[in-house]
This record gives sequence, C-alpha cells and structure tokens, in this order.
Amino acid sequence: MREDIIFAGFGGQGIMLMGKAISYAAMSSGKFVTWMPSYGAEVRGGTAHSMVIISDSYIGSPIVRDPSIGVVMNKPSLTKFESKVRKGGLLVINKSITGTGSTRDDIDILEIPATEMASGLGNLRAANMIALGAILARREILPVQALMDSLEFVIPESRHPMIPLNREAIKKGYEYDPC
Amino acid sequence: MAKKILMCGNEVLAEAAIIAGCRFYAGYPITPQNELPAYMSKRMPEVGGIFIQAESEISAINMVFGASLRGARAMTSSSSPGISLKQEGISYLAGCELPALIVNIMRGGPGLGNIAPSQSDYFQATRGGGHGDYRQIVLAPASLQEIADLTMLSFDLADKYRTPVMILGDGILGQMMEPVELASRLETQDSRQKKDWILDGCKGRKPRIIRSLLLGKGELEELNNRLQRRYKEIKDKEVRCEILYGDDSDVMLVAYGTTSRICSNVVKDLRARGKKVGLVRPVSLWPFPEKQLKELAERVKSFLVVEMSCGQMIEDVKLSIECKRPVHFYGRSGGEVPAEDEIIREVEKIA
Amino acid sequence: MRKVFSKPNSMKDTVTHYCPGCGHGIVHRIICEVIDELGIREKVIGIAPVGCAVLAYDYWDFDVTEAAHGRVPAVATGIKRVNPENIVFGYQGDGDLAAIGTAETVHAANRGENITIIFVNNAVYGMTGGQMAPTTILNQKTSTTPLGRDRKTHGFPLKVCELLSVLPGVSYAERVSVHSPAHVLKAKKAIKKSFQNQIDGFDFSVVEVLSPCPTYLGMTPEKAVKWIDETMSKVYPLGRFKDRGKE
Repeated sequence: MREDIIFAGFGGQGIMLMGKAISYAAMSSGKFVTWMPSYGAEVRGGTAHSMVIISDSYIGSPIVRDPSIGVVMNKPSLTKFESKVRKGGLLVINKSITGTGSTRDDIDILEIPATEMASGLGNLRAANMIALGAILARREILPVQALMDSLEFVIPESRHPMIPLNREAIKKGYEYDPC
Repeated sequence: MAKKILMCGNEVLAEAAIIAGCRFYAGYPITPQNELPAYMSKRMPEVGGIFIQAESEISAINMVFGASLRGARAMTSSSSPGISLKQEGISYLAGCELPALIVNIMRGGPGLGNIAPSQSDYFQATRGGGHGDYRQIVLAPASLQEIADLTMLSFDLADKYRTPVMILGDGILGQMMEPVELASRLETQDSRQKKDWILDGCKGRKPRIIRSLLLGKGELEELNNRLQRRYKEIKDKEVRCEILYGDDSDVMLVAYGTTSRICSNVVKDLRARGKKVGLVRPVSLWPFPEKQLKELAERVKSFLVVEMSCGQMIEDVKLSIECKRPVHFYGRSGGEVPAEDEIIREVEKIA
Repeated sequence: MRKVFSKPNSMKDTVTHYCPGCGHGIVHRIICEVIDELGIREKVIGIAPVGCAVLAYDYWDFDVTEAAHGRVPAVATGIKRVNPENIVFGYQGDGDLAAIGTAETVHAANRGENITIIFVNNAVYGMTGGQMAPTTILNQKTSTTPLGRDRKTHGFPLKVCELLSVLPGVSYAERVSVHSPAHVLKAKKAIKKSFQNQIDGFDFSVVEVLSPCPTYLGMTPEKAVKWIDETMSKVYPLGRFKDRGKE
C-alpha cells in the first residue's frame, strides 16, 4: 500500500495541520510516512500545500509529483493540482469554496461542501477535518480512530479545547454521502 | 525503546543537539533552517542553555568560538549563503583546535540562489571553505533518524578530535517530517572526556592561551603537522558509508543525503526488474569512503553519481577509484530534485 | 629595605615588541595592575585583537585568547554567556573595533553584554604599516591618505564613545589618554571602573584610550604625545560620556 497525497488551500484553512494529522495517524498505525511542506516565499500570499506519503515500505523522496490523492480546498489549488492527480487517483474538492468541480473522467472525484458543513458545526475552520474524514471513508488508508487520536499530538496545547469539535468534523466527513 | 515522534528535520536536529549536551546556540535566521533557531530559542532556556540570535552569521560563529573555548558544547546553523559568511570563523576554530558543530541546511546557489533544496555546497564543506590547511568532519544524514544520530555523534567527534564538524543537510531534510526515535542520552553526558585545555580562569594552574597566530619559526608548521596527523587518524577511523548490493552490481549509484533516498528507490525498482544495480551512500563526506569505492571498482563495471548539484562529489568518486572505471553523472541544480524515472533512464543508458 | 616598585603579577616579565613611545605597553600594564588590585586574575579571560596588540598574550599572565579581526565582542559574548562568573575583557584597536568589527561592537553593546572593552585609539593602523584608520583625523597623512584624510573621499573620523553612549545597553563609556603621567593615572581609574562595573553586573563598559603611535604618526615620541594633547584630543574630547550604573 502506498498513497502520495497533496493537501492544498490558502493560509488559515489548516492545510499544514491536515497533513500533520494524517501523518501522525499513519505513524501510530505503524506505517512509513513522510510529510513535506511548501516553504518560504512560496507560501506567502498564494496557496500553501503539503505533501504526505504513506506507505508499507521505505519512502525515498518525500516529494510528490503526481499524487494518488489530491485534496484542494480552494479554487487556485484546484487549478494548480487538478491535472497532476495520476490516472485512477482521487481528487477531493471543497465545493463550497471552489464553486466548480473537475472535468476529468479518468479519476475518482469527491466533491464535498466542506466549508458549509463546517459552518453547520459552528466553525468554518473545521472544513479541513471534514475533508480528511471523507478521504478515509473513500480510501482505506488508515482507521478513522487513528486520525481522531492524532489530534491531541498535532494540535497545540492552547487549542486543545477545539479537539472535540475537530473529532466531530472528522466523523461528519467520514459519514458524508455524496449521493 | 524510545517513543516515535513526528517533528521536522530542523527541530529533530535541535533536540538531538540538546540531548547530546549542547548548551550554546548562536545563529542568524535564513530559510530553510529557521525552525532550528526557533526551536532552540524555546528549548535552551528550559535546559539552562544559551540561545543568541546574533547580528550576523559572522558574529554567530565567533560566539560559538568563544563558547567552545570556554568549554561548552556549542553549535550554529545556517544555510548556504550564511555558511559562506561563517568560513572565516570555521578556519579559526580549526586553527585553534576548537570543537563545534556547524549545520548547513543547503539551498540553491550561487549567490542568493533560491530557498529550494540543493547539494551544491559539497566543495565548500569538504574542501574547507575557509583559508588554510584544514579539514572538517562532514556528515550527511539521509533520514530524520540519521539527523538525530549524527548530530549526537558530531559533538562526540568534535570533542574527541578537537575539530569543527559540519552536518550537511538540505532543504528537504530540514523541512520534512518522518517518524524518529530520540534516544535519551542525558545521563551519559558525564562520560564525556574532560576538557583540560579550555579557558576558564587560571585558578590553580598556569595561564593558557588559545590562538592561531604562530609567528615563531617552525611553530605553524608544527601545528599543521599535528592537525594532519589528526586528520589521518580521522580518515582511518571515522569513515562511514552504506553500500547496497556491493557484491553483484554492474552499475553502482553513488549519492548522499536526500538524493540517496531517491536512489535507493531506483535500486529497488531496477532490482525488481532484474538489473544489477547497487548504491554507495557516503555518510561521512569527509573523510570520504575512498577504500570502499576503490574495492568496488574491482567488481563494478561503472558508476553513476547522482547529486543535486552540477557535479561536485563526482570528483571524489573519480579520485577514489583512480579513474579505473567510467564514472557517469546525473545532477539537477537550482533547487530541482532528481526524479526516480530520470535516474532510471540514466542507468538504462549505461547498462 | 622597602620595595617601592614591582611588576604586576598579571604581567609577564618580558620585553614587549612595541615601538619606542608606543602607548600599548602602558595600557597593558594598567590593565594588569587593575586586575591585580581587584584580585580577579584567576577569573579573567582576555581577548587579544588583530592589530599591533595581537601578541598581548605574550605579556599578560592570565588566560587569553585571540579573536579573528573585529570579532572580539562576539567571542567575548560567547565566553561570558557560558560562564558569567568569568571576567571577560576585549582589547581592541581602532581598525578592529571601529572598522571591520563595527557590527560586532555595536550589537554586543546594544545587547548590554556584561563585558569590558578597552579600545586603543591611535588614529592610524600600526601592524599593517600606517594606513588610514576609521579614527584618522581630517587632513592627517597616512600611507593610504598621502594628501591627508579628505572628508569627501574618506569620510569623517569615527567617534566611538559618542556613538556607543547613546545605546541603552551601554552602562559606561569614557575616553581617556595616556599621553602624560597625569592622564595615565586618570586612564587607570577609568579602566578600573570598567572592570568593577562588570563585577557588579552593570552591562557593557567601554574605555577609549588615546594612545601615541610615533612610528606611523611620523613623529618623535615627544611630538606624538604633544600631538595627542594639542590636536587629537580636540577631535576626540576626553571625558565621561556615560555612567548609568546598574539597570
């Protein structure tokens, strides 16, 4: 098993946290995992992205060129990464923000109104966790419980009161049925 | 067994240094190593250590010089352009026989270059970027676990040989996260050798002088001869390298750091297809694994050196095997990272 | 018989390499006397500069290191921070402190490092052969200002005490001279205070010492001290620029 994932969106959407949470969950599930951020000037003003590789065997380069899973949380990210998802891969689109979906017919597309759903939970910033939950429902990468358990290690202690909300968001995403 | 943790390479390095007993850090911000000083600024006060954000890399390395001669385990870190500025200080550390750790999380050059990962400071690191007849031990980790292990080793080697040691990483290793175990070595610090050469005030002993100006006839040559004897000992004892499929390979890849991770996947891929390909991964870049490569040259048909540079380590490979076999090169520079399929194509051209 | 004169314990019994009439020997001796009087010889770590005083460790009988050119305050910072119990002082000339090491000087001072800097200003480069110093005064001839220092080409003489005294990290800044016995006594008082300040934890102390360099001023020793009195000290007025005590 190996998944090459790119998480992309704008600053404030918790893009780095998505990658860290799933990486931590992968580590505690005994997988090989690497996490690599976009860094420096690249981050400023535009989209931020992080690359995560989860594998049963040793991972060479942590750089993801053609993701098996692309997660795009805003429109510029959709534009940038839509074409990069490899054939047969999965593209998760935060439809609330992108407005449009994908026209590709050679990949699995999951459109989810993550920000709207997060709004329903009372915090727009939980959209990232909703998307994560949805990925785990679509692809058997890790047990969803491992992701829930990772939060206390990847969320700074001062924000620990937010953990229950984030777990709720993961659950909501996991249970989301697009049909 | 220690618990696995998830931190970025820069933070792993900082924590490993603290575990190894480093209690003095001075540095100046530069991407892509900023997580390292940030971590130190938080951790050093917690362990009774010193963190200083210096006014320049030049000042930082000289603060390390002062801390080291006072007996502290001391370090600085930077990235390529900042390391150029530290060269003066490194030469003085070598001339004064002072231990210190210098970390270079390499970025693209020359000049201001860019902030993307690179391996183009190999010459500077292994040849001694500063003036004079000196060497420094250069260690090149390829994983975050190795960053932790080699950082701890660096301080021991620096103290043992009274020499600056450089850890040569790149932007990927500094920024990425992967699981790592940090062994607790705090309790072993007492086993460190006592430093009987430091300046701590001349109470109960004759005053000491630490200097590198040696004007008397023959004095400087004597220092250089002493350093060379030490460098020879380091070459004899401190070569570190990893070899994959050394017994039956036709083509041997040679790569270090991040590039070696990519090459190890290439080897796995090609082996699965029945190709006899192996990998030499120098862990110590100085001393370079000359003997290992020379021995391999007896069996291997050719070498392919892969670097994130325009070709620097390749010179050491050629020197080591005395040009007995063809040595090919594949490199990407300016912050570009060689992809597995690109390297596979290069191997296929050769074999 | 009563002993009326002896060499300080902190001073080695040897002949210095300094030229006849040079002020370095006087300043060295003052420092050694002060260290003896304060009883700190076994705690002191001195830092020699690059310049004529690079060999100071040949004359001082306590722990001494030697910094790269201009880096004395950075090295002092490293030493002092590792062990604040040590008394750390830097000895710097005008090129070391005010040209190549200006950044290190200003920032160590501005951090308020609890160290002592003795700054020997003789308005010319000695070791390299009489070139312009940052403190060379206007119209002064040196080997790189053969027609005299011209403000349009070379800028103005750098006033270190005035510059540093505005920094909040600086506790004490005084300019003294060693061109006459009376001035030597005053210089000693200031240098002693700069060490006492460090013992008392007062932050950065700097004493600038106007010192004769007959060789590169192209004067006899006698004329050189007269030049300090009549000319140099007009550009660099003696006196205490700051004495804020402990903060």
